[in-house]
Amino acid sequence: MMASRPRTLYEKIWDAHVVARPDGPASDDTCLLYIDRHLVHEVTSPQAFEALRLAGRTVRRPDLTLAVPDHNLPTTARLAPDGARLPIDDPQSAAQLAALERNAPSFGIRYIDAVAPEQGIVHVVGPEQGFSLPGATIVCGDSHTAAHGGVGALAFGIGTSEVEHVLATQTLQLRRSKTMEIRVEGELGPGVTPKDLILHIIGVIGTGGGTGHVIEYRGSVFENMSVEGRLTVCNMSIEGGARAGLIAPDDTVFSYLKGRPYAPQGEAWDRAVEWWRSLRTDKGAVFDKSVVIDAADVEPTVSWGTSPEDVVAVGGSVPAPGSFADPSKQAAARKSLDYMGLEPGTPIADVRIENVFIGSCTNSRIEDLRAAAEVLRGRTKAANVRWAIAVPGSGLVKRQAEEEGLDKVFTDAGFEWREPGCSACLAMNPDKVPPGERCASTSNRNFVGRQGPGARTHLMSPAMAAAAAVTGRIADVRQL
Amino acid sequence: MRAVSTIHGRAIPLGLKNVDTDVIIPAHWLKTVSREGLGKGAFETIRQAPGNPFDVEDFAGAPILIAGDNFGCGSSREHAAWAMLDMGLTAVIAPSFSDIFSGNAFKNGILAVELAQEQVDRLLEVAQTHPITIDLENQIVTTPFQDRFAFDVDPFRKRCLLEGLDEIGLTLASTDAITHHEAGRAQDLPWLDRPLAVSR
Repeated sequence: MMASRPRTLYEKIWDAHVVARPDGPASDDTCLLYIDRHLVHEVTSPQAFEALRLAGRTVRRPDLTLAVPDHNLPTTARLAPDGARLPIDDPQSAAQLAALERNAPSFGIRYIDAVAPEQGIVHVVGPEQGFSLPGATIVCGDSHTAAHGGVGALAFGIGTSEVEHVLATQTLQLRRSKTMEIRVEGELGPGVTPKDLILHIIGVIGTGGGTGHVIEYRGSVFENMSVEGRLTVCNMSIEGGARAGLIAPDDTVFSYLKGRPYAPQGEAWDRAVEWWRSLRTDKGAVFDKSVVIDAADVEPTVSWGTSPEDVVAVGGSVPAPGSFADPSKQAAARKSLDYMGLEPGTPIADVRIENVFIGSCTNSRIEDLRAAAEVLRGRTKAANVRWAIAVPGSGLVKRQAEEEGLDKVFTDAGFEWREPGCSACLAMNPDKVPPGERCASTSNRNFVGRQGPGARTHLMSPAMAAAAAVTGRIADVRQL
Repeated sequence: MRAVSTIHGRAIPLGLKNVDTDVIIPAHWLKTVSREGLGKGAFETIRQAPGNPFDVEDFAGAPILIAGDNFGCGSSREHAAWAMLDMGLTAVIAPSFSDIFSGNAFKNGILAVELAQEQVDRLLEVAQTHPITIDLENQIVTTPFQDRFAFDVDPFRKRCLLEGLDEIGLTLASTDAITHHEAGRAQDLPWLDRPLAVSR
């Protein structure tokens, strides 16, 4: 019925999921949208389950829901040598984890427990299990759900009331977003990774640049990017203000998904691929906003401030607040520099760091660990680096890395090799950066206090974090 | 949902832009299974600074917060909305809001009122000494000085807020449409309807 008008990828997925338009057929306003996949973790779900219980409601489609703990879980050993589960010291964390462990089975939801080999960060587990599929609508009570756009899904973070709404109805009341194209043509230079690209993009559009929009990343750079890289890019769409970001699914995605536990098989697979191939923005479709970036302009990029838009190429310097046109940005930059303990004009590569965190839903997949290990091989962390941890995104990533001997590379370099979880990205568990200290971090947010009260975060790629570990300062990985 | 119509009272003139949800409620407060009691941790890092606007006596119990661009960016944590409610805030005025925060605010009956930067600047000034009124029915913000600033609100959200509607209850009234949609996708996109590892 709408086939005549050229549509963007987002519009195609949206249209395929509209259940009803409660405000009248002519309205683009609030629609009831069907949700194909719901990922649940321990932090944003307990209040939703409790509310269902109080209202006497059930979960409409437990078979489309998958629960796994990640945020709060310690990343130290989970099993004693005799195989017994080790207790969690923090009683609040233990209670929150116990609530998920109780809620999932009591509502009939499939649950990957803390010691299962598949356990990991929801946004690593979803694609890895083939639970996240192209053209699907995917939600989770976590803003980095945008990551799943890397396989061509429409995926976005929701609050706990929406978690409850999806559990009860498998739908959400949503307004259609505007569309934004970010086109990057050319080739990324040596040592420049998808993380550098997305940090650069956020620097260009700003943290509010994508507000109200869904981003589609287009152009040869994304077509030539691995699924892991695409997940990294889409993951940080929210840091540019966009609730979702996605990349048209292609053969790279199909071969990544084939044979994964939740992915279709046999005839269903063939039918799925046929539909997935139709999920491309039509020629002539119009985006509400368009940004074009030349891949050759992207350098290894790090953050200097307390907003993900505060980025600089590794060869650059800490900016002066006065260099920003907007007075409120000047004020924000002054506050940021004060918090970060940085002077304007300091070359960013002179900044010494004391901690290194390699992990998070942004950069904890096998490709990320390989990139960091390549830099670390045969080297050790600098004397001023007090704490360095590598936290694989899932048990399966961990096992793969161990089969490749990467764990040994990390530990030989002075890193701790941990169990999977969100860890020092948001410091809900015991993995925290001490007050006033700096951390070279592969995570996604450099907010005030994000990695612990008073902690100073510098966002960067896994290879750059490894380079920081061995030099003890922010360093250009290309010069190592 | 709580029904909301008019909010009148003092407004905390924060004014900062890009106030993220880690600032509204730091992650270490998220280890709770309840919606209650989060006000103690609200804006913790800002409140550590002496002379911060939250701890000025005139603003004690103020129902309104005034902030800069992109309020509530970052994490999807609804704890941000719960923490604000728990400290007595039922409305935020800013030039723009993050998409997820404005949804979370709405679900909790917190008004997220978008006004132009110069109107926000004017309210920041008035708020120092006088109360502000937000009238949802008429979609207007007023001050004792004849300022009248109109604001937009999604008609669906407005109705839910004014009537205090239970959104899940509303959606459940469309159960037939949901069932119909599911039947269609089981036919056309069966792999989405039946994830393999579950059906095995």
